[in-house]
Amino acid sequence: MTENSLDTAGRSAAADQVSGARAAASASGEVGAAVVDGPSTVAQPPSGGGRAPRPTLGRRAAALADSLWRPALVLVAFFVAWWFVAAREYVPNYLVPTPGQVWTTMTDQWSELARHTMVTLYETVLGFVLAAALGLATAVAIAYSRTLDKALYPIVLFAQVIPKIAIAPLLVVWFGLGLTPKIILAVLIAFFPVVISGVAGLRSTDPELLDLSATMGAGPWRTFRKIRFPNALPHLMAGLKVAVTLAVVGAVVGEFVGASEGLGYVLLLANGNLDAPLLFADLILMSAIGIVLFVLVEIAEALLIPWHASRRAGVSLTTS
Amino acid sequence: MSAAPAATGTAIGMSGVTVRFTTRRSQTTALDDVSLDIEPGEFVTIVGPSGCGKSTLLKIVAGLVKPTSGEVSLLERPVRGPQKEIGFVFQKAALLEWRGARANILLQAEMRGMDRAQAARRADELIEMTGLTGFEKALPHELSGGMQQRVALCRALLHAPPVLLMDEPFGALDALTREQMNAELHRIWRETGTTVVLVTHSIAEAVFLGTRVVVMSARPGRIIRTFAVELPAHRDYAQVMSDPRFDRLATELRGLLGSAAANH
Repeated sequence: MTENSLDTAGRSAAADQVSGARAAASASGEVGAAVVDGPSTVAQPPSGGGRAPRPTLGRRAAALADSLWRPALVLVAFFVAWWFVAAREYVPNYLVPTPGQVWTTMTDQWSELARHTMVTLYETVLGFVLAAALGLATAVAIAYSRTLDKALYPIVLFAQVIPKIAIAPLLVVWFGLGLTPKIILAVLIAFFPVVISGVAGLRSTDPELLDLSATMGAGPWRTFRKIRFPNALPHLMAGLKVAVTLAVVGAVVGEFVGASEGLGYVLLLANGNLDAPLLFADLILMSAIGIVLFVLVEIAEALLIPWHASRRAGVSLTTS
Repeated sequence: MSAAPAATGTAIGMSGVTVRFTTRRSQTTALDDVSLDIEPGEFVTIVGPSGCGKSTLLKIVAGLVKPTSGEVSLLERPVRGPQKEIGFVFQKAALLEWRGARANILLQAEMRGMDRAQAARRADELIEMTGLTGFEKALPHELSGGMQQRVALCRALLHAPPVLLMDEPFGALDALTREQMNAELHRIWRETGTTVVLVTHSIAEAVFLGTRVVVMSARPGRIIRTFAVELPAHRDYAQVMSDPRFDRLATELRGLLGSAAANH
């Protein structure tokens, strides 16, 4: 019935609409294109190359500033509160040092702290990269093969359920006090979100696109490279952002259990000596590693999938 | 535009095609003993109630669904597995959202390993023909539904396929855009001479575009009747809409589809 009424209603309007658009189409392609779609065309400047304006660098910076001033304000408030409490010694300084004391410690012992930071950074990055590679490979295997899905998925899940921190001592027994157990722990912790997001991304491919690719005679590798992998990237990048922060945890926990260098080792040392300023400086450096790596993954995301970022409103530091 | 393929034999042949889908609980017959021969250069439109297996029929021709029984041939060759000699357009444009319009069209060439320069030239021709000029770099989400569907149509035509399969390609568009797209598709068909099979819910669309209209019944899908459309090969939308032959056929189809739905 709806079709019926639509037809009769459309028919009278059709005559002038069609002839009007015809004339326009013959005038010039661009104008024609704009007229042809009538009311449903996205508002676009006819001379703008048909493209909605992308955010310029200045606008992006403004958006970034807009998204950052609120957390910055909270952070400043936190520092002021900290400074106030510590300087007035509401809490004794051996428990909560002043920001100044932490700063002095950091600058005085900078060469030592820098060396330990580099060790932890190295473990984290290597662990993250390995986790990303292994996680992606596992995700591809799971997404492509039903058999491997059934065989691997429960094991991946099981491995995730085991408290990784509880394995740390075992890893030290097996691999000694060197870097290996820390890297393995970072891999184990960061692996899971990569697999889950990778599988979700690869499975989110529009089935019609896969049908289409079959009629294009493309092999599985081409379909993966041109369609499935780029389609999975937004999911995958979200997983990588989680993974990179978890990799820091893995490396530090590995250092807790048995190490002679690294920020985790320094933390234990400082704790044992009741050296609160060193402890705080150490914590700040650990967080800095996490934040820097997270931002690097964000930048990689913006470069890899600008089409996805452009769909989001503004610049955001959260996972999409 | 490239010329039509050599007009010998049938473009699409189906005989006794039956499709049953078996789920854990039940068995559904999507298509029941469907036989249909389509000549090269024909524009066959298929109308029928929802869920009558029209889309399944197209997927069978494309080799994406295997019939439970029956024979299917494309360009005189039996269909086994996905076919390459076709262009496929879905109701959704199904574009790659990270690619601009032109790059989306060229996906066809990349997947087939076509000659780059030749494909690029052909893409530019199609872009001009469908009025996408000026929108070459626009991403899908920056385009309207009609524009997106134009891109999908160009992609399906890039390799000059002898057969074009369209599954409710304009179903998601507003009425005016849809009429526009119908007029354009008619022109493209005349210019390319491609064999087209188009599935639709719209009687007006079926009659305006088709040289033959196939009417299907509700599930299980059977072909109830086939009409030859007695309208000139070269059609103008406004003229066709006011043509008494259009009205007669449309009324007849509407009656037939009403009873096809009511019988179920």
